[in-house]
Amino acid sequence: MAVITRGFGGRRRDDADLPPGQYRTDDFPVLSAGPTPRIDLDEWELAVVTETGERSTWSWAEFTALPADEPTVDIHCVTRWSKFGTSWRGVSVDTLLADVETTAEYVVAHSYGGYTTNIPLEGLLDGQAWVAYEFDGEPLAPVHGGPARLLVPHLYFWKSAKWLRALELRLDDEPGFWETAGYHNDGDPWREQRYLED
Amino acid sequence: MARAAVPGGLTWQPATVAATRAETATARTLVLDVDGWTGHVPGQHVDVRLSAPDGYMAHRSYSISSAPGPDRLEVTVQAVIDGEVSPHLVEVAEPGDHLEIRGPLGGWFVRRPADPRPALLIGGGSGVAPLMSMVRAATTPTRLLYSTRSPSDALFTADLATAQATGDTPVAVTHVYTRVVPSGWPAPPRRLDADILARVAWPRDADVVAFVCGPTGFVETVADLLVDIGYNPSNIRTERFGPTGG
Repeated sequence: MAVITRGFGGRRRDDADLPPGQYRTDDFPVLSAGPTPRIDLDEWELAVVTETGERSTWSWAEFTALPADEPTVDIHCVTRWSKFGTSWRGVSVDTLLADVETTAEYVVAHSYGGYTTNIPLEGLLDGQAWVAYEFDGEPLAPVHGGPARLLVPHLYFWKSAKWLRALELRLDDEPGFWETAGYHNDGDPWREQRYLED
Repeated sequence: MARAAVPGGLTWQPATVAATRAETATARTLVLDVDGWTGHVPGQHVDVRLSAPDGYMAHRSYSISSAPGPDRLEVTVQAVIDGEVSPHLVEVAEPGDHLEIRGPLGGWFVRRPADPRPALLIGGGSGVAPLMSMVRAATTPTRLLYSTRSPSDALFTADLATAQATGDTPVAVTHVYTRVVPSGWPAPPRRLDADILARVAWPRDADVVAFVCGPTGFVETVADLLVDIGYNPSNIRTERFGPTGG
């Protein structure tokens, strides 16, 4: 039986789009584990590395010349804020993998700065994920992961790695930074997969 | 980067408000009794759940500000304007009230007792709360740099003075006031800058770990300054308290 808190009424919001345990915000909070990396666009490179070690790379000019989408999506942070209707511009992961031969089932996203996070490959395909470089019509700010970040709106936002450097395709699953620090391996907000044991 | 697991405690546990202490006009510490609570690592947080009589629930995360100990912990809450949970905890909750907590949580922004390195703690506003737990449990040389708008916005003023003077491991505390300084203060209001950091921080980071907690702009500025004066980014841990913590 729930413990009732005396005097607490709460603010009911009839938000069918809000996953369990989340609340809605109009801000864009920032969460990261350390200082914000600043990456020179002349030195920036995005790589896709297959399980056999094959590398496909894009310079900034090559990357931003790829066909781009402009998704408008809801995002959900494990710290319980959700932000509705965020507008991005980015390259679909489908586009990045179009010419890549792989039988991998898992991906580890690697960031400038050393952060990692793992995602099943099927969770990134079929229009579910992008490498985003604009937010709200502006270049993505460093504090939000610029020059480019992964955008996987159907998972908690720690899976949307900021300052993306590489997508590593793997045959086996390798938990990343927060996944080895007690957070859930899958991170589905609709199933409220926050922590290891959820 | 370091890897560390969250210790158990992931089921919701009933907690009773044992006492409250005003910290400022808009912030309050709640002392919570939790049967079987086995303690935490300084820097960890708990999820707090409030339930209304009709079953509606709201959850927020709050840093633990007390030193580790059994059966009791303290969270310090800054009321957020138009917030849903924080105004209740700051203005309504009173001893004897019941709520639920889950935790302790977080394995990254933590100061482990076995870590032999000195610690540089830098807090902005209510971001000092998890650092206060580190101050209270300090066993290695520790310096706290604490920025607030004015003396009346500063949390833990008396406790920090005590920690500075009489703690088992004395903690060096430096206040920075950005808008209003106390009477007799030797300098005008100023923001935390490279000069202050150079004066307070250990000059090289080889054996120092830095914890920075506060609003996003503050954390960004301070973390960048630390990198500029030679701190290795991997020795700088950050946590942000946004305006949406309500």
